[in-house]
Amino acid sequence: MISKILATPEAALADIHDGATIMIGGFGNAGMPAQLIDALIGQGARQLTIVNNNAGNGDTGLAALIKARRVKKMICSFPRQADSWHFDGQYRAGEIELELVPQGTLAERIRAAGAGIGAFFTPTAYGTRLAEGKETRRIGGRDYVLEYPIHADYALIKADRADRWGNLVYRKTARNFGPIMASAARCTVAQVREVVELGALGPEEIVTPGIFVQRVVRVPASASLDKAA
Amino acid sequence: MKKLDRNQIAARVARDIPEGAYVNLGIGLPTLVANHIPKGREIILHSENGVLGIGPRPAPGQEDEDLINAGKEPVTLLPGGSYFHHSDSFGMIRGGHIDFCVLGAFQVSAAGDLANWHTGESDAIPAVGGAMDLAAGAKKVLVMMEHVTKSGGSKIVERCSYPLTGVACVNRIYTDLAVIDVRPDGLHVVEMVDGLSFEELQRLTGAPLKLGTAAAKAA
Repeated sequence: MISKILATPEAALADIHDGATIMIGGFGNAGMPAQLIDALIGQGARQLTIVNNNAGNGDTGLAALIKARRVKKMICSFPRQADSWHFDGQYRAGEIELELVPQGTLAERIRAAGAGIGAFFTPTAYGTRLAEGKETRRIGGRDYVLEYPIHADYALIKADRADRWGNLVYRKTARNFGPIMASAARCTVAQVREVVELGALGPEEIVTPGIFVQRVVRVPASASLDKAA
Repeated sequence: MKKLDRNQIAARVARDIPEGAYVNLGIGLPTLVANHIPKGREIILHSENGVLGIGPRPAPGQEDEDLINAGKEPVTLLPGGSYFHHSDSFGMIRGGHIDFCVLGAFQVSAAGDLANWHTGESDAIPAVGGAMDLAAGAKKVLVMMEHVTKSGGSKIVERCSYPLTGVACVNRIYTDLAVIDVRPDGLHVVEMVDGLSFEELQRLTGAPLKLGTAAAKAA
């Protein structure tokens, strides 16, 4: 019988190696897999390349991973925030590398990896410093920039409910990068609020089919989520 | 002359957004536009983190950490609203499905180049978010900003000195002094605030202006 359900975040992340590329879902705190990130900090892998829209907020989650000096490189669209002090400090000291990518290009590079696309042309960033050194082409009278996919060893994402096949549904705008990151990683680990019986998620309702998900860990909802639900 | 305040600029932008439009409002000043959509006019607000049909701010205590906009502020969803992942969201933007986006700016050039993501300072931490996608992809890019900087320099310039967000992408500029269209032959003044002459507006603007017919009539 197939079961992708693992007992703990620690068990789900045990094999992550130094130097891995890891996609972490979430936009701000919505969809950020906080317990998986805590387990990654505990697991100890170093020299990581992290793909996320931001570069951590405050002192928890991704910010705590950066604070623990596990991150060699960030690939993101919006690192600078009022409370991104751990990234800011290491960036200014030259201790962390940054690949800044327009948000839509970041999303499409992730999607392209999951969909087996070798590269694509996008109009975004043409004529700006973020396109410097990149191949361009005029197609149908419009200028485009060539962009390559971003593949990952692992994706750590947060969903609302899962079944033992790894089918996922999300909650509101916490969906954000989850479905595309799940497709782009060799091993996708989803932390979910609830695991339900196979068949309980309607086939018309499943957002990420289990083919994109290798491991599922149930993390009980926080008090705030209980209240909101 | 009576300069417009931020809410008055937002109300002026809102007047130009028609029934049925799909609209993305940038972080900061542009979010004010949502408060000024005329009553009874139905428009659909998009946010690039993956939501269409954004409603008013939630009442205190009703915030949901899973329902936010691109500025990471709590929002609500209207009946008919929907959620989708980031690639779909930016497909809507890049694919030309968003009718209007409203963005703030550091500078706009006479050719409609936009600079709004980076001041160019060497120690600044660069952050671009979705600005370049919106500039490249929305059908109409509207800029909303103060006409001059705090030190009195024009934000409308011959050529942007700050790093660009997009090339020749701005369609219309709304400031506290005027509404200006960017057309292939240059900048056309559509409206000026009461008590401002075209000559004075030109003196405050770092690129040549043309006086549009409507504005000329009003003056």
